[in-house]
Amino acid sequence: MTDSPVNVPVTATPSHANSSSDNPDIIDIRATDVLLQLTGLKKTYDETEVLTDINLNIKRGEFLTLLGPSGCGKTTLLRLIAGFEQPTAGAISLEGVQMAGLPADKRPVNTVFQQYALFPHMTVAQNVAYGLKIKKVSKDEIQTRVRDMLAMVQLEHLANRKPQDLSGGQQQRVAIARAVVNRPKLLLLDEPLSALDHKLRLQMQSELKRLQRELGITFVFVTHDQEEALSMSDRIAVMKDGKFQQIGTPIEIYETPANLFTAKFIGETNLFKAEVKGVYPQQPDRDGQVTNGRIEVEVCEAQAQDGPTTLRNLRRPNFANEVQVGDIVNLLLRPEDLRIYEADDNTHSGLLGRVIESNYKGSTLDSIIELHNGHIIKASEFFDEDDPSFDYKLNEAVKVSWVDGWEWVLPDDNSVNDKTDNESDSDIYIGKAVSTTVQKDIS
Amino acid sequence: MARTSSSHLSNKSPFRTATLWLIWGWLLIFALLPNLLVIAVSFLTRDNSEFISLPVNIDSYLRIIDPLYFDVFVHSLWMAGITTVICLLLGYPFAWLVSKAKARWQPLLMMMLILPFWTNSLVRTYALKLLFANNGLINKTLLAIGVIDTPIDILYTQGAVIAGLTYLLFPFMVLPLYAVFTDLRNDMLLASQDLGASKTQTFWHVVLPLTTPGIISGVLLVLLPAMGMFYVADILGGSRNLLVGNIIKNQFLDARDWPFGAAASVLLTLAMAVLLLAYRASSRRIGKTDFSEVA
Amino acid sequence: MSNSHKSQIIKTATPRHSKKNRPTTDKQSIKLGSIAAKSYLGLIYALLYLPIIVLVVMSFNKSKIGYNWGGFSLRWYESLFNNQAMLNAFWHSIVLGLVAATVSTLIGTLTALALHRYDFRGKGLLNGLLFVLMMSPEIVLAISLLALFLLIGLQLGFVSLLLAHITFCLPFVVITVFARLSSLDERLMEAARDLGASESTMVRTVLIPVILPAVMAGWLLAFTLSLDDVVVSTFVTGPSYEILPLRIYSMVRVGLKPEVNAIGTILLVASLILVIISQLLLRRR
Repeated sequence: MTDSPVNVPVTATPSHANSSSDNPDIIDIRATDVLLQLTGLKKTYDETEVLTDINLNIKRGEFLTLLGPSGCGKTTLLRLIAGFEQPTAGAISLEGVQMAGLPADKRPVNTVFQQYALFPHMTVAQNVAYGLKIKKVSKDEIQTRVRDMLAMVQLEHLANRKPQDLSGGQQQRVAIARAVVNRPKLLLLDEPLSALDHKLRLQMQSELKRLQRELGITFVFVTHDQEEALSMSDRIAVMKDGKFQQIGTPIEIYETPANLFTAKFIGETNLFKAEVKGVYPQQPDRDGQVTNGRIEVEVCEAQAQDGPTTLRNLRRPNFANEVQVGDIVNLLLRPEDLRIYEADDNTHSGLLGRVIESNYKGSTLDSIIELHNGHIIKASEFFDEDDPSFDYKLNEAVKVSWVDGWEWVLPDDNSVNDKTDNESDSDIYIGKAVSTTVQKDIS
Repeated sequence: MARTSSSHLSNKSPFRTATLWLIWGWLLIFALLPNLLVIAVSFLTRDNSEFISLPVNIDSYLRIIDPLYFDVFVHSLWMAGITTVICLLLGYPFAWLVSKAKARWQPLLMMMLILPFWTNSLVRTYALKLLFANNGLINKTLLAIGVIDTPIDILYTQGAVIAGLTYLLFPFMVLPLYAVFTDLRNDMLLASQDLGASKTQTFWHVVLPLTTPGIISGVLLVLLPAMGMFYVADILGGSRNLLVGNIIKNQFLDARDWPFGAAASVLLTLAMAVLLLAYRASSRRIGKTDFSEVA
Repeated sequence: MSNSHKSQIIKTATPRHSKKNRPTTDKQSIKLGSIAAKSYLGLIYALLYLPIIVLVVMSFNKSKIGYNWGGFSLRWYESLFNNQAMLNAFWHSIVLGLVAATVSTLIGTLTALALHRYDFRGKGLLNGLLFVLMMSPEIVLAISLLALFLLIGLQLGFVSLLLAHITFCLPFVVITVFARLSSLDERLMEAARDLGASESTMVRTVLIPVILPAVMAGWLLAFTLSLDDVVVSTFVTGPSYEILPLRIYSMVRVGLKPEVNAIGTILLVASLILVIISQLLLRRR
């Protein structure tokens, strides 16, 4: 399990792969098929640096999501790619052609805006035809292409209506049609689903995914909704304060976050502080192979712990600063990774606490447990229909544990190391990281 | 805009009844009736003692195309028209610039625009007279810097009237334009650019159609009043530059030819109606269906 | 001059940009850093204010005509105060304005309330009438009222002026108050009714206090409109009641009169104060 905040996990490229070939989790992407290359991008407004040192290779045909809280710079980055603004420093090149200085109207890139920006004085068909009309495409061709496009988004029957007469979902499809009919090399989507209600949103997510596959166009999607990002993307680039925190597949981001921010931003987290008691770089893993070695930690809430042993043996992480005895690390556990036992269960060790809330969610039982030291944790267990007693009473005493190997180790601080946490061709740390971390020891 | 709460006020309280009587009464007597009277008068004949008398005819309307008056009408329309065009040419970029300024500044900028217009318009017209007079500021300055040798006549030309009207009516062109510009979402301009349109193309295909209601509104608020502001013509234009308003005034107060004055007034009202219809049509076209000013 | 105040109404009546939820891609403000933009705006503003500045400056000019600065002097202001006719006219205008403003505010507020709260037949017609009243060129209004007054045999004077002023101020008050009503929370009223208050009681004790700032702003607007009116007053005025604008008009037609500078300046300052007050009233809450 080699990872540090320095290394932004990125899927390995075959040219650097030493372990990718036998790992089914690495996405097979043709290394040379880079559509858009962002190098050293920086954007400053009024002396505030909104984007810092952005490096990214967007691959042809992929669905890449820029994910982050508001203000993280994702929309700004999108605007730079679209050409609405110019970077303060750095370069953008599309298929090798430099985009610097090229205004938006000259780039083979189209955008779907957050509020759709449909022209109210034109019909749906006229809206979709706009880009083609500007390019002076022949009338016949315009007619055909518009018709086909509207058919693809299932809106042919509304071709002569005005946008105001359409529902939110329909307007969104018009916006997409209007952009895509121009056959852009890259489609940028700026939080296009945020104005829709929940159900419609879910529907549109799969619609968009289907559309993207059918058209084969590269999508760059911006959102702050992590569930959306996880469900739609081939890759996610997590951003905060103008910097990339991590770039990787949804699984990588979720299971092996590069730092505390990313861990907390995606999904629910439980963080347990632990003190490193021993470092053994040569110790083999459970399967007998030696990878990065092991460490021995004691969970800090040891006073609340009860059971055979208070020490846990984990994979040695690959932090920028080598982990040493005495260091404090964070053990990240998702709610579904935890195991809850009865307090008097002597066969398992764990942290003692009491259940303060228990919600039956249909497929899972979600509980909130307060440990003896006040730490609140969230657990989510699959509902076991065979166990009639599987329900927690309020204030029931329990023991919290997890399967060895299911934890993910993060350092104690949230700082992003000064080594580039962007993707860069020369340093691919991740081949190793991906291959080892995704192995889960199932006990 | 009207979110009426009337659903649960079905019981007719005496207060409501009294209120409605008062409002209807006032408006019917002082708004509707007078206008109907004017229309009626325009179809009657002039009478020396009673102002009006039968028979009913359209003589007064025919008088308008009488060469004697027709030229004046056309000249008045000309002056008002030029005024409108100047206001539009100056006001359109002005409104656009203000709408693009930092949000913090905009109310202040608009306030500064409107402030002069809270003062008495007579006084301001008089102030222009000070500037335009032969020994006024403009002439003095031009003489001083040597552009001219003798004072030029500014006062009592149609130019002076146009300048006066423009000066007084400028904000009425800017206000509706400012309103449409602030409503114009920036992402539409970006979308147009994104789809390949140059700045000119974006202006022609997107900005212009979307600001047309504002233009018509502005024309409505400038052209018609311009034709009626007789005091500007009086103070700055002399006897050779009359506005329709002067004619109406003369006919009503001096010549006592009411039918004729009424006819002229009716024509002005018709012009207003036409412009209002145009405004509605252009609003509908861009999808704005809520254009009732009051409610 | 009611025309000149449509501006004020349109500006205050429609709540604009700040309320809308604008995403970050929307508002791209040119910081007015562009030299061309700044100069253009500056030029227009300068042209707008130049005549007024000249007027104010000249009102303190000792010399009678021309631009030779004869020194600072208040003689024109003194002359004003000694001009009985002028003072009379001024007083008449004030009285007329006060009464007209008050009555039109009363009727206008009730109208706004009715439009907002009640459903009744012919609401569209009412709206239409108010709209036409506001949009019509003043001269059209003027002669129509004159025709009415003469028809009913009304002697032209204070009464005719008053009725006319109330009428043309009406739509502006309605708009100002209506705008405020539209932005109110309905539940306040419902709560009062729920607790048993009759319609008039509720209006009196709950509604009116809440919309009071808008009502006062409407009053101020009406007052200014009345004070400034030239066109309508010209038609419906009678010899018995001379008002200020018409007095000024007769002075101004003849030639350059320095006293006009003085009265102009006074009116300017007064208007300014009224504007500021009304703006503050409308900004509250």
